[in-house]
Amino acid sequence: MAALINVPAKARRGDVIEIRTLTSHVMETGFRHTVDGKLVPRDIITSFTCRYNGAEIFRADLFPAIAANPYLSFFTVARESGRFEFEWVGDNGYSSTASAPITVE
Amino acid sequence: MPTTRRQFLSLAGGVTAAGTIPIVTLRPLQATPAMLNTAIRNVVGEAQIRTGKVKLDIPPLVENGNTVPMTVSVASPMTADDHVKSIHVFNEKNPQPNIGNFYLNSSSGRAQVATRIRLADTQKVVAIARLSDDTFWQVAVDVVVTLAACTEEMN
Repeated sequence: MAALINVPAKARRGDVIEIRTLTSHVMETGFRHTVDGKLVPRDIITSFTCRYNGAEIFRADLFPAIAANPYLSFFTVARESGRFEFEWVGDNGYSSTASAPITVE
Repeated sequence: MPTTRRQFLSLAGGVTAAGTIPIVTLRPLQATPAMLNTAIRNVVGEAQIRTGKVKLDIPPLVENGNTVPMTVSVASPMTADDHVKSIHVFNEKNPQPNIGNFYLNSSSGRAQVATRIRLADTQKVVAIARLSDDTFWQVAVDVVVTLAACTEEMN
């Protein structure tokens, strides 16, 4: 479950930093049909969470209207050195995690 | 791969036979403006929604509805007693009215979220922000889509 995470490696305390994440997933809407008329079952990521040293800083509920390979960008204040943890949860028991370190001076 | 005349004919026959059936079942699924209102009320409740504060950056003309970049930002100082709690994005004519719910807090620093969405038709996209004082602010943007997403056939 490949994920691309973009977090600045270093930041000054109090800086507002942008976090960008991209993960690979088909995000099958559940509204498409095959050529012979069968409905393709829904298979999407339903929720995304980002934690900063254990505390939740951003959460998203995703719907079929989110494009394949969900991209998310959001902001947070760099408070202390540590880790960002990312979690994607979806249909059919899908679960994927990633993490990124940050040094705050 | 060598194709015999027999294989070709059976394949072609299969496609035409199957092709006739979906015409009946493949009526374009569409959320209606009423469904959009219901989805918005599910989030907002009875509260009044005011226009302003929210900015929705989305191309006015989209060639491919399968991936449309979208950025929502809210004018807010993002302090402990005045910040954006959540941002909700809706559409009018996809099969479902919801696009995404994004939950922020006072340590977000900036009330801005970006993602890429699908749009099944030329339609209105609505972004609603809930502030920490539980007021709701919205913006609506019209988007023209030339190639629709979501309901096309799978190859």
